[in-house]
Amino acid sequence: MNLGGALRARWNRTTRPVRWTAAGTALALAAGGTAWGVAAGDAPRVRTTEQRVTVPGGPGDDAHVTLDTTFYAPVGRSKGPAIMLGHGFGGDKSGVAGEARELARAGYAVLAWSARGFGRSTGHIALNSPDHEVQDARRLIDWLARRPEVRLDGPGDPRVGMAGESYGGAIALMTAAYDPRVDAIAPQITWHDLADALFPNATGGEPGVFKKLWAGLFFSSGANGTACGRFLPSVCEMYEEVAETGRPTREAVERLRRSSPSSVGDRIKIPTLLVQGQADSLFPLHHADANARAIARNGAPVSMVWFQGGHDGGDPETTRVRGLVHDFFDARLRGSGKAPDGFTVTRAGGIDSSTQEVVVEQATAPAYPGLTAGPRALPLTGREQSVHRPAGGAPASISALPGLGALGSLGDLGSAAGLPADMPGQSAVFDTRPLDAPLRLTGAATVRIAVSAPGPLFAKLYDVAPDGKASLARRIAAPLLVDEAGEVTVTLPAMDHRFDRGHRVRLAIATTDMGFATPAAPATVKVRAVSPLTVPSVPALTTTATPVPAWVWWLPGAALLLAAALLVRRRRPAAVTDGDVPLEITGLTKKYRNGHLAVADLSFRVEKGQVLGLLGPNGAGKTTTLRMLMGLIHPDAGEIRIFGQRVVPGAPVLARLGSFVEGPGFLPHLSGRDNLDLYWRATGRPRAEAHMEEALEIAALGTALDRAVRTYSQGMRQRLAIAQAMLGLPDLLVLDEPTNGLDPPQIREMRDVLVTYAAAGRTVIVSSHLLSEVEQTCTHAVVMAGGRRVAAGPVSEITGSGRRLEDAFLELIGEKS
Amino acid sequence: MTYAVRRTLPLRVEAVRQFRRRRTLVAFAILLALPWVLVGAFKIGGDPGPDGFPSLVDVATSSALNFALFALFVSTGFLLVVAVALFCGDTVASEANWSSLRYLLAAPVPRARLLRQKLIVALAYAVVAVLSLPAMALLAGTVAFGWGPVELPTGGTVPVGTALSRMAIIAGYSLIAQLVVAALAFLLSVTTDSPLGAVGGAVGLVIVSNILDAVTALGSWRDFLPTHWMYAWMDALQPQIQWTGMAKGAAISTAYAAILFALAFRRFQTRDIVS
Repeated sequence: MNLGGALRARWNRTTRPVRWTAAGTALALAAGGTAWGVAAGDAPRVRTTEQRVTVPGGPGDDAHVTLDTTFYAPVGRSKGPAIMLGHGFGGDKSGVAGEARELARAGYAVLAWSARGFGRSTGHIALNSPDHEVQDARRLIDWLARRPEVRLDGPGDPRVGMAGESYGGAIALMTAAYDPRVDAIAPQITWHDLADALFPNATGGEPGVFKKLWAGLFFSSGANGTACGRFLPSVCEMYEEVAETGRPTREAVERLRRSSPSSVGDRIKIPTLLVQGQADSLFPLHHADANARAIARNGAPVSMVWFQGGHDGGDPETTRVRGLVHDFFDARLRGSGKAPDGFTVTRAGGIDSSTQEVVVEQATAPAYPGLTAGPRALPLTGREQSVHRPAGGAPASISALPGLGALGSLGDLGSAAGLPADMPGQSAVFDTRPLDAPLRLTGAATVRIAVSAPGPLFAKLYDVAPDGKASLARRIAAPLLVDEAGEVTVTLPAMDHRFDRGHRVRLAIATTDMGFATPAAPATVKVRAVSPLTVPSVPALTTTATPVPAWVWWLPGAALLLAAALLVRRRRPAAVTDGDVPLEITGLTKKYRNGHLAVADLSFRVEKGQVLGLLGPNGAGKTTTLRMLMGLIHPDAGEIRIFGQRVVPGAPVLARLGSFVEGPGFLPHLSGRDNLDLYWRATGRPRAEAHMEEALEIAALGTALDRAVRTYSQGMRQRLAIAQAMLGLPDLLVLDEPTNGLDPPQIREMRDVLVTYAAAGRTVIVSSHLLSEVEQTCTHAVVMAGGRRVAAGPVSEITGSGRRLEDAFLELIGEKS
Repeated sequence: MTYAVRRTLPLRVEAVRQFRRRRTLVAFAILLALPWVLVGAFKIGGDPGPDGFPSLVDVATSSALNFALFALFVSTGFLLVVAVALFCGDTVASEANWSSLRYLLAAPVPRARLLRQKLIVALAYAVVAVLSLPAMALLAGTVAFGWGPVELPTGGTVPVGTALSRMAIIAGYSLIAQLVVAALAFLLSVTTDSPLGAVGGAVGLVIVSNILDAVTALGSWRDFLPTHWMYAWMDALQPQIQWTGMAKGAAISTAYAAILFALAFRRFQTRDIVS
């Protein structure tokens, strides 16, 4: 896994078709037909109706225009507000079907229509002109007022909101200006002034620099591959003229203005939600800002949203934007829910390594402060520089291009991803000092520069890392057209970008840009920054952390509960009755899981001072009994009591038991001495109680005591294990086959040790299959066979008079087996 | 006769019992030697150049902190898993294998206490193991590449002060992410008498989980695989830390670990010790 995967994922996304050119193939639906759309699951049903609405052609045009519309009505609801959804340039009503259904399911009556000149609607494109498209929209409002599903504010006046992207957003603004019946609008990525969008000038003067690439895309998507396509001939002529010269005519500017909210800003007086893209060089953020200022001046509430997408591409954030629009209409058309935030900005917060996607966070502020809030002056360094404009304007520097929008948000993550931006010798750069704290630029920076010659220039901001790597902030440039040599104030592109601590902000003034028309004549211009760079910021914007899924919180909690449930055990109260009897076994039974009955109803009793021999052939159940005695195996029935206390795993009374069962168990990497020492320390009892010296004497290991146990012989381990069993001089000593691997002198010595040990009032149990051994050492014996006790008592009783134990033993087990 | 449950098997005793094992020493030797081996590799092979997509290896040699991050990145998937599985999987099973387990239990060290003490010591060794690698990598990186701000693979740098706190977050998350491996190994350790079986079983299940994680068709089901979030600490290497992945990873790891540890205790309480 590497972060490269994340970048790759972003790259793929940038190849998404540009919204403008994404003319959806129209769904072939019979006009006037009615279809029942039934959504899956429990979602409310939506009834869709297609119909053609006939409207007048326009001034000086007798022909009528037929508009293709779809009406999405919620089923089984009382009258509700209506929403009209417009589509983008080059698209048609089918492009908004998904959003329309969502709104209809939420109880809105939604009307989607193909604008004149698009889809199956007839007529010519007049660019949202007040005499054409705006009149169409008013006729559609008339039509809505007659629908039984739509709530009315008055006779012929439905409760209606309008929304749409780009071309569809502009018609919302324009209709709101010309028809007082519109109650709320949510225009997205749309223009304020079409003349400014196509001929922008960052000095505020006019006209500006021809945005040839976008203008070409714009018109060709309406022309459908022919010269003028479905454009109104006069619109087409206008475009051809300005595209050829690269300069707008007065008539063209007037015409574009008439199709722009800028001409009617004082007439829009209704609640507005403006959604604009941060990756949008066609209608940059300052268009939405101008719309917001115009509408707010009329006293209407305005909410502003800057999201990651836009005409250049980038993350469309469809879910978030639709959610915001939805909430806005709920608040403004229904009066339910809280009023929308004044200002919302989405920011790339990082890359989620598991999904390899850019995490987009949402920052909100109660009010939209405009593009020049919280200004701060940053001094610029850099002498006057001469920059060259090549003949023919090529090669040109590259800033925003359709489809490159995603790169802008990656830049916010500190990535220097990128294409070469500026050609050598074509840009003058002025840097701030390294920032002593991170700077969040929200709005449009301004600077005053002096230039030595007229002509177009392109101003942009770079984010320069301490290592010198420079990345173009949001990949967007502000074009300016200087009329004559002198000083001008330049407004840089509006953006939301974080400059990290230690980074510099670099102002670059370039002579060319691939997206714009520049003169073919070569020129050299001297550029000088005459003022500091004024950068705005909006500290009121606070980011709400991206919520983690709920299971992050409840899963560990549930797991802990389950864990606790797993650990709850019923504790049987252990009878604590002190007694003198070293060992009493009653009815002991153990059946292994494989069905083997190892011990069956075993009972015997050992008194103080006895040396008891536990006798039996292999498989008689001796070892199983001893393991139960140590609390290692849970008996199925019966009980074992040591000094009156019942043996359960870890019973404290086991501290009075010393045991050696089924061979030694030592840590092979430690010496014999360390093994005994650590074992005793593990019992937690004081060192003085151990009687270590006596135990070591019994082990008789000499110098081998300090060698690692893994080097010991079987007999040495055996002796060490018996010594371990005797540590602390336990009152009850249990030894299983203690003489295995010992030589005859050692066996004899061991015998003496055990007899002496018992003589001091302690008790010894020796399990063995060596009969002579038991005969010579033990005072008493228990004989087992097949898990059962076959005899018990003093050795002398078992053997009878004159018999050897061996004979008695063979006789006993022979009877039983 | 002064027996008290709470004094049985003190942590120090258990630590000493485990420390002198060859296995422990070899594991630490490998973890501490790896950074120097990597330094040698970079010195011989030269600086890594960017090869298409940015990754931590491109910037591994730009500073000591970068080098430590790279060392952590290359060892998270397997080496650290093996180290953690080794300490937690071996602890009970090896005692059973040596037969010393029955003598400890008959000492008597109550079963829950024995497990608790052993678990604490095993986890402590695992923590030291997981931390020793980046710590030694910091040292080796300082010697070889010098001290400086962290360079991020996507571009940009993080100053040393911030980078050290990020490093602490990364180390902390790595530990939490390994908790599920520790719990799995521990459960196997009380289930089997073969230490190799317990360690190998835990590592094997991690590998299986990684394989399933590679099956993208499983979609969001993969979110609940124990190893899916093992690399989420890389989210701390962005200009702004992304917590979502680490929060999910920590939730998954602790949830699995809680249940697996509980199963281990429950199993050990009721089990017949026949080793």
